[in-house]
Amino acid sequence: MRTEHDQAGAGEAPASKPVKKNYIRPLDIKHGRIDMGHGAGGKAAAQLIEELFLAAFDNPFLRQGDDGAVLALPAFDPAEGRLVMATDGHVISPLFFPGGDIGCLSVHGTVNDVAMSGAKPLYLSASFIIEEGFPLIDLQRIVQSMAAASREAGVPVVTGDTKVVEKGKGDGVFISTTGVGVLAPGVSISGRNARPGDVVLLSGTIGDHGVAVLSQRESLAFETTIESDTAALHTLVAAMLAAAPGAVRVLRDPTRGGLATTLNEVARQSGVGMLLQEAAIPVKPQVDAACELLGLDPLYVANEGKLIAVVAAEAAETVLAAMRAHPLGQDAARIGEVTADPHHFVQMATRFGGRRVVDWLSGEQLPRIC
Amino acid sequence: MKYIDEFRDGDLARQIGARIAAEAHPDRNYSFMEFCGGHTHAISRYGVLELLPPNVRMIHGPGCPVCVLPIGRIDLAIRLALERGAIVCTYGDTMRVPASDSLSLIKAKARGGDIRMVYSAADAMALARANPQCEVVFFAIGFETTTPPTALAIRDAAREGLANFSVLCCHVLTPSAITHILESPEVRQLGTVPIDGFIGPAHVSIVIGSAPYEHFAEEYRKPVVIAGFEPLDVMQAILMLVRQVNQGRAHVENEFTRAVTPEGNLKAQALVSEVFALRPSFEWRGLGEVPYSALKIREAFAAFDAERRFDLSYTPVADNKACECGAILRGVKKPTDCKIFGTVCTPENPVGSCMVSSEGACAAHYTYGRFRDIPIVATSATTEEVSP
Repeated sequence: MRTEHDQAGAGEAPASKPVKKNYIRPLDIKHGRIDMGHGAGGKAAAQLIEELFLAAFDNPFLRQGDDGAVLALPAFDPAEGRLVMATDGHVISPLFFPGGDIGCLSVHGTVNDVAMSGAKPLYLSASFIIEEGFPLIDLQRIVQSMAAASREAGVPVVTGDTKVVEKGKGDGVFISTTGVGVLAPGVSISGRNARPGDVVLLSGTIGDHGVAVLSQRESLAFETTIESDTAALHTLVAAMLAAAPGAVRVLRDPTRGGLATTLNEVARQSGVGMLLQEAAIPVKPQVDAACELLGLDPLYVANEGKLIAVVAAEAAETVLAAMRAHPLGQDAARIGEVTADPHHFVQMATRFGGRRVVDWLSGEQLPRIC
Repeated sequence: MKYIDEFRDGDLARQIGARIAAEAHPDRNYSFMEFCGGHTHAISRYGVLELLPPNVRMIHGPGCPVCVLPIGRIDLAIRLALERGAIVCTYGDTMRVPASDSLSLIKAKARGGDIRMVYSAADAMALARANPQCEVVFFAIGFETTTPPTALAIRDAAREGLANFSVLCCHVLTPSAITHILESPEVRQLGTVPIDGFIGPAHVSIVIGSAPYEHFAEEYRKPVVIAGFEPLDVMQAILMLVRQVNQGRAHVENEFTRAVTPEGNLKAQALVSEVFALRPSFEWRGLGEVPYSALKIREAFAAFDAERRFDLSYTPVADNKACECGAILRGVKKPTDCKIFGTVCTPENPVGSCMVSSEGACAAHYTYGRFRDIPIVATSATTEEVSP
């Protein structure tokens, strides 16, 4: 009687080549759909991981197939560097939008969260919660986009998890990613560091991601040439830090809640106010027009490839020049200043000549009736 | 943006501001009511007040359709979703208006009600077509601007026999509300609300024209200038009002000539009168019952009237006692006169309707202008450290 081992032919296969598994037919990516078995931890789950996830993210850590990845860190002595860790859940509708999808977004989002502390991102983990019935071909597209984003950023996905939930209990795919990175000695970047007199810099136009996503929503569906700005910002951060060591005090990526909410968070954390110049804030005309039509304010619309920096005034021009020299910071602008304000108001000098508060977003941004 | 940026030009704004300051007589005060929430929003968002001399004061009127929606009406919509299992659709900012039992449409949605935000009545119809097994109710609110699209939806639904679609009609009328304000004791007898003139509605006037406001100019001797919603429109309208007051005139003038004509959109008006009839009385939040101030669906379209289809009966619900929305909507009080403004009542936790919509007087002031309430302290830290 032939054993299962013999059937698999593992003994005959050269060690360097992947073992041909003949106990299961390959995934039918083109027509297949996720079923509960893919999340049950059995053969179907193993096959999904191997043929889809491993194939896309392929790297030595994942290939070991253990529950956790054993990672080499370039530095582990606090005097030589500190570890930074960030995690982010990604839920987005629709899953595919102009300029990106939930896959690349889930890489960029966490890489950026690590980078906003000034760290160099090193590794990512990814957890997938997939709804029963989700087409494999869409999952493959997402995973491949994620793998491409990870390769481009130079930050591998070294461990992961997959769960399947019953139809109707999810929204296609949810992806959680966690990232770790190392922070060089002497770098101290935090939302608590803004001081009156500092300068607020923005790396480019705002609202692109949010408008690109809205344009694909079933209920809105308008035509636009705007693409999501989703991008990994760690190399931009590195260039800024190198240009003026010690001068960058705060870094943030204005994602949900947009520029306005992010600046309010920083103002509150640091116990300061801000005065922005509306005319200096870059907004693409198409984004402006879409927001006008929908009754939204671009200041509150999400971005996935932009950052704000609070920088010591004397180094502002140097950092700004470094940003503009980087492909992701070409449209960088000086948008305002940090003020001493016990009420922590973010105010804006309007292009019209008046002044107003730029407040926190309250709940969801809802369009006005007229 | 063409046709938008031209009306947000800061240099022109300063020139008009200087003109208003030069022409406003220093020995008198000018009080103008901007009726529309759209104007309130523009004034706050662009900082128009800072370009006006101190003796020109703007009073926020009741022209935000979300703010004037009484609690009892929102309760009806919530009940349709929670108790009758209907899909209730409405415009975005209606979702947050506080209702009874600490609910709002957005909170009722979290409790399992199928409540959806739509951009138009036509979207609600599409939802009805896509869900033939469900009752779909369009919770229709708004002034004359949003009424024609609702009328069109009802007429189209009747033509195609869309059996699972109906409208909970809460459309209200601008001129009746202005009359109500002018007839109020605060304006007429007590003089506690001085109104020297009105900035007339923009979008509403595209539909009904400028003629319906002649009555206010002639009967009440109040000048009306119909203005667009861009900040330069508002400033130009204020200048035109100052001039009328200085010359002792009370006429209807049209600043918004690029969109408004005296007769308005006759086709839209015909459509509205085909589908809707006047209600003898309708409750407005903050104003109470206002005679002939709202529309109901005509008998011929009864099948599409949610009030009849679901046999709904309206129960008025009193506002929170601490809330001053009523007085604020009538121009009697300012948002800051309300004890709970900015403390208990904030955009995150709106107690009154004026705090809900960004067009509401309280929300506009809280969101954009509350830094003005705090006395400016000459902090050397700020002035010295901010300058690079």
